[in-house]
Amino acid sequence: MSNDAISARGDLRLTRITKSYGDFTAVDDLTLTIPKGSFFALLGPSGCGKTTTLRMVAGLEEPTVGSIHLGDTDITTTRPYQRPINTVFQNYALFPHLSIFENIAFGLRRRGIKDVKEQVDKVLNLVELPHLAERKPTQLSGGQQQRIALARAIVNRPALLLLDEPLGALDLKLRRQMQIELKWIQREVGLTFVHVTHDQEEAMTMADTIAVMNEGRIEQMGSPADLYDDPETAFVANFLGQSNLIKGKIEGTDGDNLVIDLFGQKISMPKKRSHAVDSSMYAGIRPEKFRISLVGTPTRGNTLTGGHIEDVSYIGVSTQYVVAMPWGQELMVFEQNDDGVAPFDKGDEVVISWEPTFTFGLRGDEDVGAGTEVNPEEPTEE
Amino acid sequence: MSHKVKDATIPTIPTKARISRWFGRNMLRIYMIFGFTYLFIPVAYTFIFSFNDSGKSNLIWKGFTLSNWQNPCGAPEVCNALGNSIKIGVLATTFATILGTMIAFAIGRYQFKGRSSSNLLIFLPMATPEIVLGASLLSLFLVFKINPGFWPTVIAHVMFCTSFVVVTVKARIASLDPRLEQAAMDLYANELETFRRVTLPLVAPGIAGAALLAFSLSFDDFIITNFNSGTLITFPKFVYVSAARGIPAQANVIGSSMFFLALAIVIAGQLVNRKKAR
Repeated sequence: MSNDAISARGDLRLTRITKSYGDFTAVDDLTLTIPKGSFFALLGPSGCGKTTTLRMVAGLEEPTVGSIHLGDTDITTTRPYQRPINTVFQNYALFPHLSIFENIAFGLRRRGIKDVKEQVDKVLNLVELPHLAERKPTQLSGGQQQRIALARAIVNRPALLLLDEPLGALDLKLRRQMQIELKWIQREVGLTFVHVTHDQEEAMTMADTIAVMNEGRIEQMGSPADLYDDPETAFVANFLGQSNLIKGKIEGTDGDNLVIDLFGQKISMPKKRSHAVDSSMYAGIRPEKFRISLVGTPTRGNTLTGGHIEDVSYIGVSTQYVVAMPWGQELMVFEQNDDGVAPFDKGDEVVISWEPTFTFGLRGDEDVGAGTEVNPEEPTEE
Repeated sequence: MSHKVKDATIPTIPTKARISRWFGRNMLRIYMIFGFTYLFIPVAYTFIFSFNDSGKSNLIWKGFTLSNWQNPCGAPEVCNALGNSIKIGVLATTFATILGTMIAFAIGRYQFKGRSSSNLLIFLPMATPEIVLGASLLSLFLVFKINPGFWPTVIAHVMFCTSFVVVTVKARIASLDPRLEQAAMDLYANELETFRRVTLPLVAPGIAGAALLAFSLSFDDFIITNFNSGTLITFPKFVYVSAARGIPAQANVIGSSMFFLALAIVIAGQLVNRKKAR
């Protein structure tokens, strides 16, 4: 094949990609552009097709339908070793028979690069492990192996770096630390990073742009803040953080606002934050956006009355309340413990209020449970 | 390994209980000693009698001598037989290892029509009684008007060694993480380089083990060899034939040497592994 693929640079474009295995469709008509230089995350539960997408970009799988471009070069059927793309594998896949130095030098040697020693030393310094050059991979801890796997990939200065659940095998503390380091390294080397993960917190911490995937499709794409503040589907609302979704009916408009009936109580929200297609809708509010007040105290914004505190969980920085509403739904409310104590007790009659601009609207035919039954800690697809 | 309980600090334990505790603690060790004694008595016997100043028959201890070791080819034909066995062994091992490794990769790595039946058929030579294999190979050679001798023996040995190579190498390939090869491809190694730099080095210990197994199977094969070698004398045939009139002590020398050689290879392998792991 061509040698021009190896020197291709630019945005990564996936155009109408479908990947089927027999009857099973892993990736379903996916179109996606990843801008050069960005830190992009593909986020989704196990089996959502994110790893398959990554493997197609790496060249380890070929799409059934569709094309993949890097800049202006079509790399859909290019062999993995002819793509300027490197991968940090889920379990690192360090070569056990080679020293750390030779592991990192592997890609440079295959391309006939001259100053191997210099470049390997430089990248070992970048990941702060220069003293391990002569060791074997099995003699390293998980965190060290992770960094070597990263070094082995970035030493090649690829147009695109793929990270397949790179932190999945690390413990929580180390994972946090590596999240910050990865982000720093990405800025330092200025490469395009495409990160696949099932961990929403990890994606939000690191990525500029997140594409949330579910059942082989992209549910929504945007910055972490956009996705969190204005989710377009119940899946995104539930998979990224927690949401209260209340069944409602759009009654009319009032300027730039919609007037909505929630079980007989009127609230309002900005028109542009509603993704409902007809009058039937769900009003979504994040638990920390709610305020709780005792019946009789003044409130601002939207209010819902008739609730009582069902459960109180004090967790230090905040208190989580479960508030039972008259229509049988239990709402989740997080309150900051500014005063050091949880001010409400179980059984208190309360009013819930929030700023109308924090409301997001979902289609009325959504499955409100979507994205909640997924256990984000479960091991991911291979 | 063993952690000693300080009996002195517990002064009053009845003798009976103490004995039963001692047995409980050392049961495995005692069992092991018996097991290894059983396994190694024949080897020890062979080794000791290689120093016997025996003359013609090496059945009764007649006194210590180093002359057998100094002159291992002293008995008529013994080194000729050994030479034949080594030649056959090396050739059979080479062919069987190459052929078997390729079959192992084909079965272990690729999906093709008839893969599972090949997988099953490869076990057949191992399961078939040697006497049947030997006899049928001989009649096959005779049908094709090939006289028994050196090359028919090599062909026969390649046939039964290949199965063992396939099984050994296949196990190694199965334990190889396919992601390592994917990582190599990802790092600009084409198919050939990936095989040479990653796959082969990682499967090599399995191939080496298979080759050793093939050689030892070929070297001491008697039944199949006896059918197909005609007048050619191999080491096992030599020992068998001389058994009737007394095996010369040189046979013990060669047998012991082979044992120590095998032991040395195993120990060397362990040391290399330990060094690699460090």
